[in-house]
Amino acid sequence: MLGLNRRDTWFLLIVVALTLLTPFLLQPFAEDSALAQFNAGYPDLMQRIAIYGIFAMGFNILFGLTGYLSFGHAAFLGVGSYSAVWMFKLLSMNVLPALILAVAIAGLMALLIGVISLRRSGIYFAILTLAFAQMAYNLAYSVLTPLTNGETGLQITLSDPRILDAAATDSLPVPSLFGLEMNDAAQVEVLGRVFTFSVGYYFCAVIAILAFYVSMRIFRSPFGLMLRAVKTNQTRMSYTGLNARPYTLAAFVISGMYAGLAGGLLAAMDPLAGPERMQWTASGEVVLMTILGGAGTLLGPVLGAGVIKYFENIFSKINENVLHEWFGALPGWLETPIVGLIDPFVGEGWHLTLGALFMLVMIFLPGGLMEGGRRIAAAWRRRRARRQDGGSGSTAPAE
Amino acid sequence: MSILEIRNVSKRFSGLKALDDVNISVAQGSVHAIIGPNGAGKSTLLNCLVGKLVPDSGAVTFKEQSLLGVKAYRINQMGVARVFQTPEIFFDLTVLENVLIPLFAKRDGSFRMHAYETVENEAQIVEEAETLLRDVNMADKRHMHSASLSRGDKRRLELAMCLSQRPELLLLDEPTAGMARADTNNTIELLRQIRDRRKNITMVIIEHDMHVVFSLADRITVMAQGTALVEDVPDKIKGHPKVQEAYLGGH
Repeated sequence: MLGLNRRDTWFLLIVVALTLLTPFLLQPFAEDSALAQFNAGYPDLMQRIAIYGIFAMGFNILFGLTGYLSFGHAAFLGVGSYSAVWMFKLLSMNVLPALILAVAIAGLMALLIGVISLRRSGIYFAILTLAFAQMAYNLAYSVLTPLTNGETGLQITLSDPRILDAAATDSLPVPSLFGLEMNDAAQVEVLGRVFTFSVGYYFCAVIAILAFYVSMRIFRSPFGLMLRAVKTNQTRMSYTGLNARPYTLAAFVISGMYAGLAGGLLAAMDPLAGPERMQWTASGEVVLMTILGGAGTLLGPVLGAGVIKYFENIFSKINENVLHEWFGALPGWLETPIVGLIDPFVGEGWHLTLGALFMLVMIFLPGGLMEGGRRIAAAWRRRRARRQDGGSGSTAPAE
Repeated sequence: MSILEIRNVSKRFSGLKALDDVNISVAQGSVHAIIGPNGAGKSTLLNCLVGKLVPDSGAVTFKEQSLLGVKAYRINQMGVARVFQTPEIFFDLTVLENVLIPLFAKRDGSFRMHAYETVENEAQIVEEAETLLRDVNMADKRHMHSASLSRGDKRRLELAMCLSQRPELLLLDEPTAGMARADTNNTIELLRQIRDRRKNITMVIIEHDMHVVFSLADRITVMAQGTALVEDVPDKIKGHPKVQEAYLGGH
């Protein structure tokens, strides 16, 4: 189905099911329970997980397949956001033209940067992309203020022309898909629990599924095989009649377009684009997401994006008062040191938790969380095989 | 008829004369061995043939087309394949995928972005790859990770990858280096089979092991100190005084 074999079709269907059921899956605890703090089924976070999942998926096409580590992909994310907001300002609040422009402009920019940066590989390539991204950040921050509105960021106003949205309104319009507004949401009660289903999340989810499908087709194609060859042995590649440069450039442009799409979606969910989206920390974040989840795997980067965004939103909200509530039942002499021990790792210190998790994963699971999953699956298969051997051994006839 | 011509090739590395006016002519369909002690200039010469080095002077032509200044991937597309001293394969990929890559390269040229196709649906190419793996006795290892292969198997795989492109000239840089005697004999046998099956293929072998050279070569060029000392058929090379001198220091 859809050009995929049976196994991949099942894999895709599972991903689709998980994506569509996310509002349930990320809201496992009752609102009045002590663990409700860990619920993440609210639209803003789910949208971010889907959007950054797309960003990481695209980055993985470059880094995971070819091994070229870009430290400047946030530039494409930012350009995607600016392009989308400009489309909202000039043409229409419909998200489709905004996303098309975001992808196209990010693709063009990736082509330009890729042609220059891919003349080098390894650390030189990484530094070149970082330099380009910092240039883009500074252009957005100060030099191109008429286009980007500088530090304040680009946003929509009532006086924007929006030539296709004829009717003037008193309030700021909201990005929509043919009238379906992105911030619309429905709250549904299921088994006494309230779940939120938002248009914005489901729009992002559908785009993320399409992006995942495209990524899957690239991974399984002869083109994907060539990209893996680039990563493995460029010497053999050139003595096989293949020029690595067009392959790496194509991968760079595709991953730039994914980043542009993610940037466009960020603007579609909240029509604002600022230079901070292009900062080097944002470029570093997508590297962390991809490596944490498992570079070179299909699902790993999405998983990495989910974990990081979850930590960012959930752990950062836990403060000392919440910790005292959790450990209030303990005697005072025990409660205070425990809270004191955990406190630096939550709230504003959530980066410490992320750093510790990243170190543990890199030390024990260099292939990321996906490698952890594979090891667990292999251990489970071995255990099952041993059990079956033991079972058959006990009933085997004596020789 | 000559397929590869090396004419008056010289190459210096900051004062050191690595190649000095080398002339070699390789006949189409022959197995031509280039031998010589360490530092004779064999590897430098090979690198001049595949675009890795450009000679200071002289000419290298393949089927009357100059190879000088041509990029390695273009030389390969012209019909020249190379087997390295240390097998150069795609270590992160399976054995089958290793052979699929040159087959796709042969079909598609240096670049084609066919992201809408799937590898496993390319039945004809997959079948061709499996046939090649059978030819080198590696069909049963096609789903193995190539990094886990023995050195002999890596060499077989590299040969299968080169043969998949149906090269007219196969350059072999010490194809049995580091191999045990059994693996060496297997490789000789495999190269003989290739020569017998593909009548048009020309092989240039750079080799230290005289057992390999005299088992395979139709003609031998002996190099020493960057020059081609003598070129002849194996029987005449064996007792040639210049060869004795180059290898044994005249004793």
